[in-house]
Amino acid sequence: MLKRWGMGLMVCLLAVGMLGAGDSTSRFNRIGHQMMCACGCGQMLLECNHVGCPDSDRMIGELRAQVVNASGDGSGGGSDTAILNWFVAKYGATILAAPIRGGFDRVAWAIPLAIFVLATLGTAVLIRVWKLRSGQRAVPALPLGGAGADAMRERIRRETEY
Amino acid sequence: MGSNPMPEFGSFTLLLALVLSVYTLVMGSVALWRTRGGRIDPGASRLGETARRAGISSCIAMFCAAFALVWAAFTNDYSVSYILHHTNRTLNAGYKFAALWSGQEGSLVLWAWLLAAYGFVLRLRHRVDVRLTAFASVILAAIQVFFLSLLNFAAPPFALQPGPVAQDGFGLNPLLQYPEMMIHPPMLYLGYVGFSVPFAFALGALMMRYPGEKWIHITRRWTMVTWLFLTCGIFLGAHWAYSVLGWGGYWGWDPVENASLMPWLTGTAFLHSVMMQEKRGMMKSWNVWLIFSTFMLTILGTLLTRSGIVSSVHAFASSNIGNWFYTFIVIVFAVCLFTFFKQKDHLKSENKLESLVSRESSFLFNNLILLVACFVVLWGTLFPILSEYVQGTKVTMGAPFYNRVNLPIGLFLLFLTGIGPLLAWRSTSLRSIRRNFILPSIAMGVTLIVCLVVGIRPWNAGDDLQAELFSLITFSLAAGVITAITAEFLRGAGVVKTQTGKNIFASTVLLVRRNTRRYGGYVVHFGIVVMFIGIAGGAFNQSREQEMGFGDVLTLGPYKLVCQSFTQDSNPNFDTEYALLDVYQGNKKLTQLAPEKRHYTASDTSSTMVALRSTLASDLYVIYEGKNPDTDKPIIKVFLNPLMNWIWIGVLTVVVGTLLALVPNLTRVALPAKVTVEVPAGVEVHHA
Repeated sequence: MLKRWGMGLMVCLLAVGMLGAGDSTSRFNRIGHQMMCACGCGQMLLECNHVGCPDSDRMIGELRAQVVNASGDGSGGGSDTAILNWFVAKYGATILAAPIRGGFDRVAWAIPLAIFVLATLGTAVLIRVWKLRSGQRAVPALPLGGAGADAMRERIRRETEY
Repeated sequence: MGSNPMPEFGSFTLLLALVLSVYTLVMGSVALWRTRGGRIDPGASRLGETARRAGISSCIAMFCAAFALVWAAFTNDYSVSYILHHTNRTLNAGYKFAALWSGQEGSLVLWAWLLAAYGFVLRLRHRVDVRLTAFASVILAAIQVFFLSLLNFAAPPFALQPGPVAQDGFGLNPLLQYPEMMIHPPMLYLGYVGFSVPFAFALGALMMRYPGEKWIHITRRWTMVTWLFLTCGIFLGAHWAYSVLGWGGYWGWDPVENASLMPWLTGTAFLHSVMMQEKRGMMKSWNVWLIFSTFMLTILGTLLTRSGIVSSVHAFASSNIGNWFYTFIVIVFAVCLFTFFKQKDHLKSENKLESLVSRESSFLFNNLILLVACFVVLWGTLFPILSEYVQGTKVTMGAPFYNRVNLPIGLFLLFLTGIGPLLAWRSTSLRSIRRNFILPSIAMGVTLIVCLVVGIRPWNAGDDLQAELFSLITFSLAAGVITAITAEFLRGAGVVKTQTGKNIFASTVLLVRRNTRRYGGYVVHFGIVVMFIGIAGGAFNQSREQEMGFGDVLTLGPYKLVCQSFTQDSNPNFDTEYALLDVYQGNKKLTQLAPEKRHYTASDTSSTMVALRSTLASDLYVIYEGKNPDTDKPIIKVFLNPLMNWIWIGVLTVVVGTLLALVPNLTRVALPAKVTVEVPAGVEVHHA
């Protein structure tokens, strides 16, 4: 059963992945948004438009050429990774807009997920433990107009007034 | 003394402010020590009073220092190195004033001045609780001593330029020559610096084992005002980036932007979780650490901006003051940790959480989400350093990382924004859940169907699958949350209407005035939802770039742009090239836009001036990218950004909601006088 679910999940992931495969223009846009401009302006390659940028025009030209070369006929059948690797080899790893090279780069993605899962589970467990500890605390009925009733009313007001 | 005494005067006042702050710190501490444990010591009380007055005087000294720097800018005193590097003669008066925060030393002066101003107000209002205020005053003085030491010994703003005095300055960074830059940094700094006050109160209350939760009441307005300033500062910065940087976006996940977001996230968490302490005496340790963390993150943000440890387009030139900040953060952390462990028994909760489905647990999850988001931002900001240390190469953590990781977190937060206020304190029954959630659920379902019908279908979006999916979820959740908030208002207004016989509008106003904090909070939530809708609109951005000679046409979405002319102009501050573009929708001319590219003479740098046509539905955002040297025609890039205005409207709504929550209640909600009160375990208690 677990295996079947796993295969189903893989098919879904593949389907989602395949949805990303489009024509060469869409590949150009996709890859161009996975890279930074090398000029140090801190912007994505296809968004770098600052006046007099020494790098973006050349890099965009290189990207166009790579996309066409990778597909041969321009239909976009090549590998995005190969194109990204070409840029990494030329400009260094900082050219990638996010760490996607595998190895230690995976830690960048794994840690936030792990923290999120652990924190969620931790909070749920904490609430459960607190709830169990608080036990069944029955408060006896208080007589009308008693000092205890006033105190209880004040407490309810304090605890419930937003 | 030279011909212009202002630099010497400024240096003197900075030194005086330092001496006065040291006096406040030392004598204030001595006075507190001598009156510990309730001891009566009139001498110590007088000493404490002198410390308080010294603190007040330090604000005046800091004001004089800031005035001296601004004066030097206005009088073109280029003997001062800072003025030489950040102004020039043709700069207009507003930007000359803005030069105060345009560079490293000036912005530290602003920081110290604002801190002194906050301290001034705090010390004037000391009668609210004399001893607690004295503790807070001493802690603020300690922070002030750090910043003034920096200004006096490491980054002096009045340092003189060696050699002959230049005839003109190098000018202000062109990117800063935009009206919002006259207000964005002060707002941000008011937010950053302001968190020092609740931090000082929290640490002081812990040091003196302050009984009860009164310190929270005292600091509530401080915290909210500070949070409001930081919110305004962050979004003014986003709006500036959108209007000036010319890349079509407003948030680039730059380390310096991240540095401002982190204390905002923890500050937001604090504002929520502190309610649990106020109402039920819970989460005391948590709250103390939240405000400690928020303050330390403001210092960390300053460190990131100024030390050069991370690359950023916003950062000040790397300098040697990073070590000062490292040392300060370590000292602050050590003091917080020591005080926490020493007084830990004072922070025991009075109540425990009783149900997973309750207002308290929604606050807990809200805190969890905000802190995870903060961690992700911190992790993304610092990972390049870690990567360089581990594998020898720096990596870039750009928008793809943050968007992918933070979008699901943001949606979870949006979900909690909706359901949190619908849950009762202590415990919520199934019946109550059904009653409160049915309308929002219907609204969500209907919106989902409408979105699918109008064509938001992620599975057809190709590369934009993720963005469209998140937009679809955001629109649906937003509808649910808005319905929930509206229902809360209507339910309350209905009760008031029954009680008073007023119409529904008057009843709503009365309802809000009776409990401004609660309904102001709802308005803030509404604003956040509107912002989320605006952010989700980003999934449908379009752009096009084209060379446009006279009469050339560019079409994008429903708009058609026709180039009428392109030309150039000059003034003493800058040379400019621009194009005049007529904008049509169908055959109707809507407006004319004039995107420009400026070249600033003094600094020999260029910048773009975006032309914008903004409506509720979308922004038409036009950039003059430069001229093609071969054809001599301008290259125009056009973005169509749907729902952008919703972000700014959302921010304004947040501001209005926060201001509303700061207004005192008109009347106190009265409970029926005589009823038998019985509270069995797990009881559901609805808010008033």
